[in-house]
Amino acid sequence: MSGTASASNSDPSPARAHPDAGSGGGPDEGLDAAFFLRWLAAVAAAVDREADHLTELDAAIGDADHGSNLRRGFTAVATALDADPPGTPGAVLALAGRQLISTVGGASGPLYGTLLRRTGKELGDARRVSVAELGAALRAGVAAVAQLGGSAPGDKTMLDALVPGADALGAPDAAGDPFGAARAAAEEGARATEALRARKGRASYLGERSVGHLDPGASSSALLFATLAEVAR
Amino acid sequence: MLINVPDTVVADALRGMAATHPELTVDVEGRVIVRRDAPVAGKVALVSGGGSGHEPLHGGFVGTGMLDAACPGEVFTSPVPHQMVKAAAAVDSGQGVLFVVKNYTGDVLNFDMAMELAEDEGVRVAKVLVDDDVAVTDSTHTAGRRGTGATLFVEKIAGAAAEEGAPLERVEAIARQVNASSRSFGVALSACSTPAKGGPTFALPDGELELGVGIHGEPGRERRPMMTSREIADFSVDAVLEDLRPTNPVLLLVGGAGATPLLELYGFAAEVHRVLAERGVPVLRSLVGNYVTSLDMAGCAVTLCQADEELLRLWDAPVRTPALRWGL
Repeated sequence: MSGTASASNSDPSPARAHPDAGSGGGPDEGLDAAFFLRWLAAVAAAVDREADHLTELDAAIGDADHGSNLRRGFTAVATALDADPPGTPGAVLALAGRQLISTVGGASGPLYGTLLRRTGKELGDARRVSVAELGAALRAGVAAVAQLGGSAPGDKTMLDALVPGADALGAPDAAGDPFGAARAAAEEGARATEALRARKGRASYLGERSVGHLDPGASSSALLFATLAEVAR
Repeated sequence: MLINVPDTVVADALRGMAATHPELTVDVEGRVIVRRDAPVAGKVALVSGGGSGHEPLHGGFVGTGMLDAACPGEVFTSPVPHQMVKAAAAVDSGQGVLFVVKNYTGDVLNFDMAMELAEDEGVRVAKVLVDDDVAVTDSTHTAGRRGTGATLFVEKIAGAAAEEGAPLERVEAIARQVNASSRSFGVALSACSTPAKGGPTFALPDGELELGVGIHGEPGRERRPMMTSREIADFSVDAVLEDLRPTNPVLLLVGGAGATPLLELYGFAAEVHRVLAERGVPVLRSLVGNYVTSLDMAGCAVTLCQADEELLRLWDAPVRTPALRWGL
């Protein structure tokens, strides 16, 4: 793991804060591959459930396919993980990312694919990872998304949910319930896109007319954190 | 809609392409359309692709003198990198491959990933972005201009250069020149309906039109009460000329959006020629028809490409594809 973890983060002490560091830290502590398999299965179910809603949001300011594209991608992820479940958290995320890149298309395929691949790569081949390590890895993944898309928070994109979500996951004051805090932060970030004017992607062609609509990418990104909180409970 | 189920629309169309055009190799599963004689020895190859729903773009432009391969994505969704990697491997003769990419966020990201992967496999790849739509302001506040009708000019003219044996750097330079010399403006008279949605992707009331519409039904500059063909021609040509300011004569594409009859398109073409004559812009060649479409949208677009002698010669060079064919 490298210093890139702080690239998208204003938190002064991101990677070193271990909310669960005092709980023993033995070989059985932390999140294992099974946890990440449950998470991605939950994401697939949530995307399937919310697909029509996401497509409706996309119809207002994009091209009405966000839900169907993500459903195709995460269905492929679930199938691949079922068929041959990897043994480490990093490998689970990397496989999921590759599946998204090779099945979704559009902008969301490379962006979500890069998020999971890069996060998985940051986790390396550890069999178990702490919440803080996941938070740091996610921030590296989010930074990679920002770089690939050439965008920043406030552009009315998925970053508006991903950045606050990933930041909250590793923040020291979230030690009590980091997953709940991340979910709340991501959902708040997604809600706040309604007031923003799009500067990236197809919605940017609308200019001022994009104001008053939720961003579909931020909305689907919030689902990642909502399902993470569900699975962690 | 004339479909079976929404999920198989693209595959069904590819099976139809395969049955209709034995001169093409169509990989229905891998979603790649390749000219049957590829790789052509000593020739630079052109690969393009994009979301489906704009037919005949791009698959209909695969053949002698134009594209070597096309990669269709889902409807209005860019293809995935593996398609372009597969296409590049199938058509590369060792002289390199030019990717022709319309400027949409998804297309750019997927083609960029494909470029890296293909280069890892030893294929030399160059890329040209097509961004000709003057309806969108090219600024840091947008994703930049959209690629529309100029794609046809880029694929035809750069394809002719490649067919003549020009090296990759030259084919790429010509493609860039064509894009830089081209501008488009489109108008929608009705919204388009995607198979997945089963209905219109945006609301355009009867009796109104969208000036500056994109080829996925993206909004344009403004919405107005219905105008006559003459008024639309005045507005569209002036929008293009204001940006292009041509010093050379032009190639003209009067494009249909998919659901506008040729009877109306030719009437519109007459008005476009009238305006161009009034503005003192000579037209060297023109083409009227459905080439860069938006499913069942009704509407039209004007694309101008100012051409020097070299571009005109390459435009006139022989071409043999399902959708564009002359001199062969």
